[in-house]
Amino acid sequence: MAERVSYSLPHPSTQPPLLCPAYVSSQKRAPTMPLIHAPHTISEMSGPSFSAADAEARACDLTRQSNGAPLGERIIVSGQVLDEDARPVRSTLIEIWQANAAGRYLHAKDQHDAPLDPHFIGCGHTLTDEEGRYRFITVRPGAYPWRNHHNAWRPAHIHFSLFGPAFASRLVTQMYFPGDVLQAHDPIFNSIADPGARARLIAEFDWPSTIPETALGFRFDIVLRGGRATPMEK
Amino acid sequence: MKLVPTGWQTVGPFFSIGLERLCNENIAAAHLEGERIAIAGRVLDGDGAPVPDALLEIWQADAQGIYPGHNASNSAGHENRFRGFTRVATNERGEFRFASIKPGSVREGGGQTHAPHLVVSVFMRGLLTRLVTRIYFPDDPRNAADVVLGLVPAERRNALIARVATGARGSYTWDVVLQGPEETVFFAC
Repeated sequence: MAERVSYSLPHPSTQPPLLCPAYVSSQKRAPTMPLIHAPHTISEMSGPSFSAADAEARACDLTRQSNGAPLGERIIVSGQVLDEDARPVRSTLIEIWQANAAGRYLHAKDQHDAPLDPHFIGCGHTLTDEEGRYRFITVRPGAYPWRNHHNAWRPAHIHFSLFGPAFASRLVTQMYFPGDVLQAHDPIFNSIADPGARARLIAEFDWPSTIPETALGFRFDIVLRGGRATPMEK
Repeated sequence: MKLVPTGWQTVGPFFSIGLERLCNENIAAAHLEGERIAIAGRVLDGDGAPVPDALLEIWQADAQGIYPGHNASNSAGHENRFRGFTRVATNERGEFRFASIKPGSVREGGGQTHAPHLVVSVFMRGLLTRLVTRIYFPDDPRNAADVVLGLVPAERRNALIARVATGARGSYTWDVVLQGPEETVFFAC
């Protein structure tokens, strides 16, 4: 089965633009000249690989990085990583980071007047299994204010970073929570024009992964670029 | 069934919490063969101000032009594992640096070769997706025939070519300029 020698670009409406004036930081940071379109070479179609030696088994549980339990609502975040042909992406590294339950990051530049949690660092990583599945245990992050515009608040979210098989399959995104009223007002979430593509950034509440008397489950499936070659492509 | 790739979102200002673990200013271990290089530069925004919260990811072939794990027939004898990948973040002055070995000329399965280069992803608050660019080397005769470099308007090609730095042999400078007349060349990837 032939692997693609090139990935096609996703439809623009399903990805954010570089310049998004409502997201003020993009105004001085987004390039102004058009991107150069070049065929993928072996440089883009290869990529770093990670093994169990690169991932600490305990790193998928963000609630046990200290000798005490973090405050907040304990949750399970799990899902499957697939390529564009719905094939599992195996043994790929997923890294996550997030604010604590009060909406504060353990970062020197986070000046939000909300408490740090001595029992919560807010980072984790794991490798997907043979079916492309992953699972994290963490706490639900809080919303927090930012200075983009008057009374701006980020909806609760968890940052996700994935590699996939190639340089071209790299993805950094944010997972949001169902029913969060702040999403409608967030320029970062709304930078993606297509409503379906936006909706896919929102995890689903998931009974099957919910652990009775312990933690609510949320399911967040991820699609990375890549898939089989077809005669139509070129 | 075709699935639509998940949408990108910015790394935001606090990415170091999650991504710092794989930051390393030295891509190649001391025992690896190859010409030692050091690349340093700055990331500058549309006002020419340094960007203190940018992250770069580098992916490159080894000195023989082999990508780790992707030229299986050629890499069998590679005992000294070369990862070919690193991350570096900018400091308060917008500066980054990393040390490596100069990649060899990469050959495609079809026989086409490419001039030595590194591929680079640039992430930061304010960028909703990554930016993708390349670093080539000055005075390399193979640049003239490089397919990707050839697609870049001639007057902009210099932005992709590192400059020789004064000091130690193998030292280069290469900046990421986000906007303006010196804007770095970025690729749709």
